[in-house]
Amino acid sequence: MTSRPTPPYALRAGALGKRFGRRGAWALRDCSFRLPAGRVCAVVGPNGAGKSTLLALAAGLTAPSEGAITVLGTDPASARARVGYVAQDKPLYPQLTVAETLRLGADLNPGHWEPSVAEAVVRAGELDPRARVRSLSGGQRTRVALALALGKRPDLLLLDEPMADLDPLARHELMGTLMAQAAQYGTTIAMSSHVVAELEDSCDHLLLVGGGRVRLAGEIDELIEAHARVSAPAESADLTGHTVVESRTTGRQLTALVRPGGPLPAEWRATPPALEELVLAYLRNPQAAPLTPAEPADEAGTAADATDRTGNATEAAA
Amino acid sequence: MVEYRIDRHSGVATYVQIVQQTKQALRLGLLRPGDRLPTAREVVEATAINPNTVLKAYRELEREGLVEARRGLGTFVRRSLGAAPADDSPLRAGLGAWAAQAREAGLDREDVAALFAAVLDDVFPAPDSPSGHADHPTNPSSKPALQGGDPS
Repeated sequence: MTSRPTPPYALRAGALGKRFGRRGAWALRDCSFRLPAGRVCAVVGPNGAGKSTLLALAAGLTAPSEGAITVLGTDPASARARVGYVAQDKPLYPQLTVAETLRLGADLNPGHWEPSVAEAVVRAGELDPRARVRSLSGGQRTRVALALALGKRPDLLLLDEPMADLDPLARHELMGTLMAQAAQYGTTIAMSSHVVAELEDSCDHLLLVGGGRVRLAGEIDELIEAHARVSAPAESADLTGHTVVESRTTGRQLTALVRPGGPLPAEWRATPPALEELVLAYLRNPQAAPLTPAEPADEAGTAADATDRTGNATEAAA
Repeated sequence: MVEYRIDRHSGVATYVQIVQQTKQALRLGLLRPGDRLPTAREVVEATAINPNTVLKAYRELEREGLVEARRGLGTFVRRSLGAAPADDSPLRAGLGAWAAQAREAGLDREDVAALFAAVLDDVFPAPDSPSGHADHPTNPSSKPALQGGDPS
């Protein structure tokens, strides 16, 4: 149970941008989104889309070139003690043993280190506590890095490609551990991957990044409900009034992925898209208008929702 | 205690699978009034699904009056689903007679199954079809509005 008051948003970015070097290309630009506290967010996008840059900005490891990001209601540096971050390359000290690495975690996080959590993660992988980090496989190193991040008992976990090195068994087990953390403590988790299917069941929120921009942001259920996959006779179909993400005509049939601007004609066949379908359609069509939540008119309502959700989670876990 | 098995490729929404498996356990007597459902934590630790999905399923079961959440204790079964008629009931006998009639009319097993499913859908429309989006009935106002166009 968290004793600290939870701000409504774990992450909030406004016109966030980052470029490397004064004349370098923009890795991320014009990025605005909000991640409510207590959500599990998939940060999805192709390689080089800006996912890692975004997570590094949230972790306070690099400063924005423009715009701002708020983490747990404050600036990234001040939030650092409450944030667990696992970078893509899982940086650890190769000469330390597993046990020494966990002791380091305890020393670096005085007052908020939970040894039992970290030890359980390591034990589930049957890692020898005396093994040196340099002798571990990539997947084992991921496990140690996750143990460090979880042992810190953070309010926000930022995980950059956490599952990439893991075998399917370890992936399922560690994802289960992360979900248990979220269920019990209302921990907000943002994790990246370029494979949507890997995160689909575990996440309730999506941040789709493509070409350095946010393409889709919001609750996965709501994003899917906001879209329809339609098929209609090509000669009579008129997509005017609907936002077209993608459309294609094959023979006499038109198929399209749209954001309906109003009721769809009854003679069209409309089905909700699968998440992966939605993501691919946006990535294939960089010109399609992005969909991100509007600034809430009623801040208090959203805050109440976050509290309710965390309360529920805690109650069900008790 | 019931254990949920999630089939990612079934095309059935995950929370619906939890609702269905709970009801199945109630029908089979694997869960009885007073039994505790696994906590959200227990379910997600074993299945790696999102905690909200479990809570959504439990809210649905609660809405149907099958379970109740007791604050700080967990979610408990309120009543069982013992509606399946016994072997000697008139409903079963009627269905048996109808099946025999269907065979005489030249229908094979698959024809009968398809016909039965069609009639079943007519008489008992599935609440979750076609998309499986039933919604949180509890707090419809709390969702942030979605809006097209560039964020400003």
